[in-house]
Amino acid sequence: MTFSPELEAKFAKLLEIYPAGRTRSAIVPMLLYAQDEVEHISAELIEEVARRCQVQPLQVDEVVGYYSMLHRKPLGKCHVQVCTNISCLILGGDELYEHASKALGIGHKEVTADGQFSLEEVECMGACSWAPAVQLNYDFHHHVTPEKLDQLLAEVRKAH
Amino acid sequence: MLYNEPSPLEVKILTKRFGLANSESLDTYLATDGYKAFRKAVEMTPEQIIEEVKTSALRGRGGAGFPTGMKWSFVPRTSPKPKYVIINADESEPGTCKDRLLMENDPHQLIEGILIGGRAVDSHKGYIYIRGEYRYLIEAMDRAIAESYSRGYLGKNIQGTGFDFDLYTHTGAGAYECGEETALLDSIEGKRGIPRMKPPFPAVVGAWQSPTLLSNVETFSAIPAIIRDGGAAFAALGPPKNGGTRLVCLSGHINKPGVYELPVGFNLRRMIYEVGGGMRNGKKLKAVVPGGSSCPILKADECDIAMDFDSLTKAKSMLGSGGTVVLDEETCMVKFAQRIMKFYAHESCGWCIPCREGTTWLKKMLDRFHSGGGQKSDIPLIGELSKNMLGRTFCALGDAAAMPTISIVEKFPEDFEAHLNGKPCPYQHSAEMAMA
Repeated sequence: MTFSPELEAKFAKLLEIYPAGRTRSAIVPMLLYAQDEVEHISAELIEEVARRCQVQPLQVDEVVGYYSMLHRKPLGKCHVQVCTNISCLILGGDELYEHASKALGIGHKEVTADGQFSLEEVECMGACSWAPAVQLNYDFHHHVTPEKLDQLLAEVRKAH
Repeated sequence: MLYNEPSPLEVKILTKRFGLANSESLDTYLATDGYKAFRKAVEMTPEQIIEEVKTSALRGRGGAGFPTGMKWSFVPRTSPKPKYVIINADESEPGTCKDRLLMENDPHQLIEGILIGGRAVDSHKGYIYIRGEYRYLIEAMDRAIAESYSRGYLGKNIQGTGFDFDLYTHTGAGAYECGEETALLDSIEGKRGIPRMKPPFPAVVGAWQSPTLLSNVETFSAIPAIIRDGGAAFAALGPPKNGGTRLVCLSGHINKPGVYELPVGFNLRRMIYEVGGGMRNGKKLKAVVPGGSSCPILKADECDIAMDFDSLTKAKSMLGSGGTVVLDEETCMVKFAQRIMKFYAHESCGWCIPCREGTTWLKKMLDRFHSGGGQKSDIPLIGELSKNMLGRTFCALGDAAAMPTISIVEKFPEDFEAHLNGKPCPYQHSAEMAMA
């Protein structure tokens, strides 16, 4: 597979930083950084990462099944993650998730028909004191209300 | 940046640079006592450094509260194997959002703490394991690390002291379990994050089969102040055996939720009413999760308590990770217990059967109970099932799921009884009102 020069540079560094003979350690970072670029983890990507880390493809495959941020199917261009864990829950996180689901017309781990959005009800993201919280891809948004979420989604739609 | 106003009751040791212009830069760090501790540490023997950390009475800030100096002393310094320093930045205990701020606002304080840790155990390589969701912090730490290399604060012969140290970030990819130290080690080795049998402890056999010093971000961030101003000064901030300050993450139904640095042992009621500005909308206090979702819950009348490790243990709860969640009288404790269990069922790695099956069964029972399908006999059964998970797993995730559940069923049976006989949740209406 061919990747951008930036990702290739990241891969090269990942193969250097772990102790000698321990390139298996690079599997998870490689998968996550690659997923950002190629959108999902395909069988081809698993083979590629296995080859570069000098492990069996199965050793990469079993890791994909474990980590909740690694996805075998493409997400939307904007992945909407709504936290409903305790601190968010008691300040309206549940209602916020329902609102997002209605506004996007999709459920948990689903993607809109145009591929622009995907939705996920997520576990604690570390924004408890500024709840309820939402992440759009890697960006944090704090004190999110249904109105604020509508606004954020409108901004994403406009940008595309 | 800061996400909430500071409180005048704070004692700012670890957060003293928060809010300064460019607080994340090495120049700001150096202008405000930065690297004084490291310079002192290179003149000290490893034994002296560890002794100073022991004197400080610093206890692990990740949640377990193990004495840090003691943990450092377990690393076999003279082992011929390489030794590693691993920093746990997999912050994911529900209620906890403090390590984020330490990395965002003062990354060089963390790096200096890591260097001193490396010097104390004769390690020359460190990895910061940062949860995948914190991508902007991985980038922030990478920038701080690059700046340190370019200015000679990392790499070979740091500041002419003859001490070498390399530091890298490592991203997680979404797994609460990887905050457990042995699961974290499997994860950094490129495997599924499954806990290991202890002993051997990570200090002796840790990352890549080598001795490993593993502590939380806040723990390492406290080290520069301890070495710079002395362990005794740090210890004096808190009650005996509970040194220093800690970053308390106040969340929930209070007027001023936020992260505040308070002395260990600060009274919980004062935290809620003076630091946190009291209850929202004049509601009554119902319960408090003292230190993250895995801690047994405290009822309103149990909240006149000093927030230190020993007082919380005495009250049959835990100080945990500093995630203090405040609940008002309109909180449905069945729904709360249900959400906690949903979390643990999702995060159980599946390695130990009591945890894998227990969390799933309990989640189903609590789901059914909250939707009105509960039976009276389920109430003791929920507690019973939870108790059967205690101590029967490799790591503490099973306990973490069981402990809050047992406490909620025991302390709020009336909330469970109110859901019996197909009745709708009595709190549903007020929740909808609050959103309207």
